[in-house]
Amino acid sequence: MIEINNVHKSYGPLAVVKGVNLTVNKGEVVSIIGGSGSGKSTLLMCINGLEQIQQGSIRVDGTEVHGAPGTDLNRLRQKIGIVFQQWNAFPHLTVLENVMLAPRRVKGLARDEAEAIAVRQLKHVGLGDKLKTFPGKLSGGQQQRMAIARALAMSPDYMLFDEATSALDPQLVGEVLDTMRMLSEEGMTMVLVTHEIRFARDVSDRVAFFRDGKVHEIGPPEQVIDHPQMPETFDFLKSTH
Amino acid sequence: MLSTSFTGNDLLFMLEGAWATLRLTLWAMLLGTLAGVVLGLLRAALPRLTMPLAWLLDVFRSVPLLIQFVLFNALKSIAGLEWSAFAVGCVVLGIYCAAYCTEIVRSGVLSVSANVNRAARSLGMTYFQTLRYIVLPMATRVSFPGWINLVLGVMKDTSLVLWIGIIELLRASQTIVTRIQEPLFVLCIAGLIYYVMSWGVAWLGTVVEKRWQEND
Repeated sequence: MIEINNVHKSYGPLAVVKGVNLTVNKGEVVSIIGGSGSGKSTLLMCINGLEQIQQGSIRVDGTEVHGAPGTDLNRLRQKIGIVFQQWNAFPHLTVLENVMLAPRRVKGLARDEAEAIAVRQLKHVGLGDKLKTFPGKLSGGQQQRMAIARALAMSPDYMLFDEATSALDPQLVGEVLDTMRMLSEEGMTMVLVTHEIRFARDVSDRVAFFRDGKVHEIGPPEQVIDHPQMPETFDFLKSTH
Repeated sequence: MLSTSFTGNDLLFMLEGAWATLRLTLWAMLLGTLAGVVLGLLRAALPRLTMPLAWLLDVFRSVPLLIQFVLFNALKSIAGLEWSAFAVGCVVLGIYCAAYCTEIVRSGVLSVSANVNRAARSLGMTYFQTLRYIVLPMATRVSFPGWINLVLGVMKDTSLVLWIGIIELLRASQTIVTRIQEPLFVLCIAGLIYYVMSWGVAWLGTVVEKRWQEND
């Protein structure tokens, strides 16, 4: 379970997240929607400690992410996979090596074990025929699926998606969304920051509308997307169509 | 007998000088690269804290190498160090290389985007694992052409050590010129030897780069 309590985050004088409360239960898919600059992506980075927070607390399975001296962030991050908008492939490694690296070096698995896991995950996302290819030779959609496999290879309990399709050409969005949909159907706990409203409605158990660094409205997609209670949510959804 | 024409022995003498040039280059690059990698990483990781280091290295990049040789040689005598001229040459050139190499490494490390760093850290990799498996290999590819340039530059800068009494390629050539009075001919041969040595280095660089480029 991810518990986010009254989290505040600012970059210098610029407050980005201004008191967010959000709980994500095991097996749940929660989508975060909202305009740019509403603090959605920043919050995601705070969940696995890639960004610091100034106030509040974030707990993952009871482990305090911020400000607790006993927390081993490197260990915690192994169970929180994250996929970024810019897929961030390691360009000097093959697709297979990209996915094998963390299981080998972080988990300390033997080469053949790590390779078996990587091959399985790459086949899972439909890249079984690209193992020896370098990322530079892949399309954006393929690189993003590789990034998903790379995160999955650590067998995470949670997957965070930070606008995973925003940087893709329109015709490549579908293949990545299909992969994400597949994960949700397998019961993966997921937090998605997304601009794909229709996709969010299809896969989410709950949708949170962020506005001005706070959760402005949250509920099942039938409520937040189909029948928003807040006028700002309504305006936002109208503007995205 | 004192011959006034260019003999096989003269060519041998020049090749011996070229060997000294190569040895100097090798030692200077070894010292300079080792120090440059460490200092460059420090400069990239702690830019504020290492500002004084940058100022210091700027001195070595800004003062003509010839002055550095002569000053260091004099300092050596004042301090009573029993170093050979060759050792002095290696150390001065090594520091000079380190100053350049630090900047080459620093810019290479900074070329690795913060996003790629984050991706590595998000997988649970530690700072040093990220450095070893992601940042250093990526930075090496970016820095390599600059480093090859440095090798080529240093190989030619070694000619300045003739001022502290080392017989390398250029000094050997001058000795021969004094005797046979054929400066253009002898310098052409010296230039050709420099060219062949540089060509070897540049060729190695191309081979390595090509292997990397196949992956992009």
